[in-house]
Amino acid sequence: MSLRIVVCVKYVPDATGDRHFADDLTVDRDDVDGLLSELDEYAVEQALQIAEDADDAEITVLTVGPEDAKDALRKALSMGADKAVHVEDDDLHGTDVMGTSLVLAKAIEKTGYDLVVCGMASTDGTMGVLPALLAERLGVPQVTLLSEVSVEDGVVKGRRDGDAATEQLEASLPAVVSVTDQSGEARYPSFKGIMAAKKKPVESLDLDDLDIDADEVGLEGAWTKVDSAAERPARTAGTIVKDEGEGGKQLAAFLASQKFI
Amino acid sequence: MAEVLVYVDHVDGAVRKPTLELLTLARRVGEPVAVALGPGAEATAATLAEHGATRVLTADAAEFADYLVVPKVDALQAAYEAVSPAAVLVPSSAEGKEVAARLAVRIGSGIITDAIDLEAGDEGPVATQSVFAAAFTTKSRVSKGTPVITVKPNSAPVEAAPAAGAVEALAVSFSEKATGTKVVSRTPRESTGRPELTEAAIVVSGGRGVNGAENFALIEGLADSLGAAVGASRAAVDAGWYPHTSQVGQTGKSVSPQLYVATGISGAIQHRAGMQTSKTIVAINKDPEAPIFDLVDYGVVGDLFEVVPQLTEEIKSRKG
Ligand SMILES: Cc1cc2nc3c(=O)[nH]c(=O)nc-3n(C[C@H](O)[C@H](O)[C@H](O)COP(=O)(O)OP(=O)(O)OC[C@H]3O[C@@H](n4cnc5c(N)ncnc54)[C@H](O)[C@@H]3O)c2cc1C
Ligand SMILES: Nc1ncnc2c1ncn2[C@@H]1O[C@H](COP(=O)(O)O)[C@@H](O)[C@H]1O
Repeated sequence: MSLRIVVCVKYVPDATGDRHFADDLTVDRDDVDGLLSELDEYAVEQALQIAEDADDAEITVLTVGPEDAKDALRKALSMGADKAVHVEDDDLHGTDVMGTSLVLAKAIEKTGYDLVVCGMASTDGTMGVLPALLAERLGVPQVTLLSEVSVEDGVVKGRRDGDAATEQLEASLPAVVSVTDQSGEARYPSFKGIMAAKKKPVESLDLDDLDIDADEVGLEGAWTKVDSAAERPARTAGTIVKDEGEGGKQLAAFLASQKFI
Repeated sequence: MAEVLVYVDHVDGAVRKPTLELLTLARRVGEPVAVALGPGAEATAATLAEHGATRVLTADAAEFADYLVVPKVDALQAAYEAVSPAAVLVPSSAEGKEVAARLAVRIGSGIITDAIDLEAGDEGPVATQSVFAAAFTTKSRVSKGTPVITVKPNSAPVEAAPAAGAVEALAVSFSEKATGTKVVSRTPRESTGRPELTEAAIVVSGGRGVNGAENFALIEGLADSLGAAVGASRAAVDAGWYPHTSQVGQTGKSVSPQLYVATGISGAIQHRAGMQTSKTIVAINKDPEAPIFDLVDYGVVGDLFEVVPQLTEEIKSRKG
């Protein structure tokens, strides 16, 4: 039996760009270039490694996002994933994490899966809760925030480096895992990979295909509401001195003036 | 006044500071009812009572330690059903966020993560969040169900507010899914004897400029002179110079201390995401163009191997 892996990847505004909000207080996606979230590259990488270690595996990359989100899927395909699913629907605009997890869960069920691999957090929302929500919705074990992961004989094992302790975890498939940026650098797509990706299938699904009502998602269907977004005032310019041999003492004097010493 | 559930983060009964901060915020929106789980749960009660908990619901069972997350969700849900609170507040640790999210989906509520402030509002609690690497501040609220909100460390002062803190046993029946993810082994992190990174009033961080694991002794020396926690940039962590648990930034810890000292750190957006809300920021960097200088209250352009030892000496002599 082939191991069916679904990797959830998000298309996000470039963190080094000038990210801001649109008038409806959703993330503005027009003025900043988008890309495959760097943290989801780690998920693709681990999926590829798991697939390489398995006798027979198939990797589907899945995204919920606007038209341009296809770029993220193409990148993941060029890294080596086999096929892609793109959930796209105008009614999805403004969906919050609860709605996104619902859509992803339905799309994962429709695709069929033994293992779902996510990144640790999206680089725009940075909530880091979606993998847990998927596990809850799918009713399968969550094995999250792993810096090491492997699959053998239908069991997923991994290392979770928590605040208080390092834990070794284990669960039977099917399961949802998320991997951190400590799990190992993601590979660069090869030229061959990029060419091959162009021919790989990308399936498009909309809300109807997933039996989801428009009012369960989108800005109106969101279970949270952003009332305001304000740009943080720029920090007032500080004092900058060049060290001419007294820099350490000058800094100490500043710290003393601020009562830190 | 309506009750508010506060999920307690504790280690064998020792309550961690972010939970006490959470009690301060909880009192703004209702009467805090604490939920403490696992070994030592009952021992948390005295501290929680001092800081405003009217009741402390406790449960201990092997499941909490032996399986990941879900047993705690089951228990928090049991508390939710017993109390019918006006809101559920959870510390924004990795685990806290996962517990909160799963509870929210079960009870059909919206969730807000990583709040940095909380006030009462006409339509329920209003959470302040810092987004896009702290470039924006948003105010949001949960518009469906009972608000579930996770709050970052250092978001509120710890305040004494004596309350009854009556201990009550919480009856929990674990769901079938509770034992899905087994914790096969657990290696507790060794204490460094320094303050906890996310809770420290002062953080001293080193980056690629520190140039070697052995040189981190310099950063630790400065930190110790200030009673500070030690942090590191991802470049320093990836090089293996300092443990990942000390990484500050988007994929590390977010810190918001009174004072942040960045040494040999350029100030990339992902690093700034984890420290930009610090009250006072100072930096030592030999490159005058380093972006970190855009954030500083005081910056020294110079070689950290010259500046840091002098600074440490001067602090020690000023402190006597
Ligand atoms: C998805 C993603 C997540 C990330 N998450 C994080 C994160 O959580 N935390 C994080 O820190 N980074 C993170 N990064 C990496 C980040 O982009 C930077 O690469 C990293 O912060 C750089 O670390 P640095 O400032 O120590 O190194 P550099 O950028 O190399 O800067 C080193 C600085 O040291 C100075 N220097 C060198 N020698 C000396 C000396 N002798 N005296 C004084 N100054 C000296 C140099 O002038 C330079 O400014 C992330 C990146 C991505 C893509
Ligand atoms: N719109 C999306 N489409 C596909 N995967 C997503 C989406 N949003 C989040 N994810 C996945 O969930 C992880 C955590 O996201 P978050 O909880 O939003 O920080 C990401 O690293 C992705 O793997």
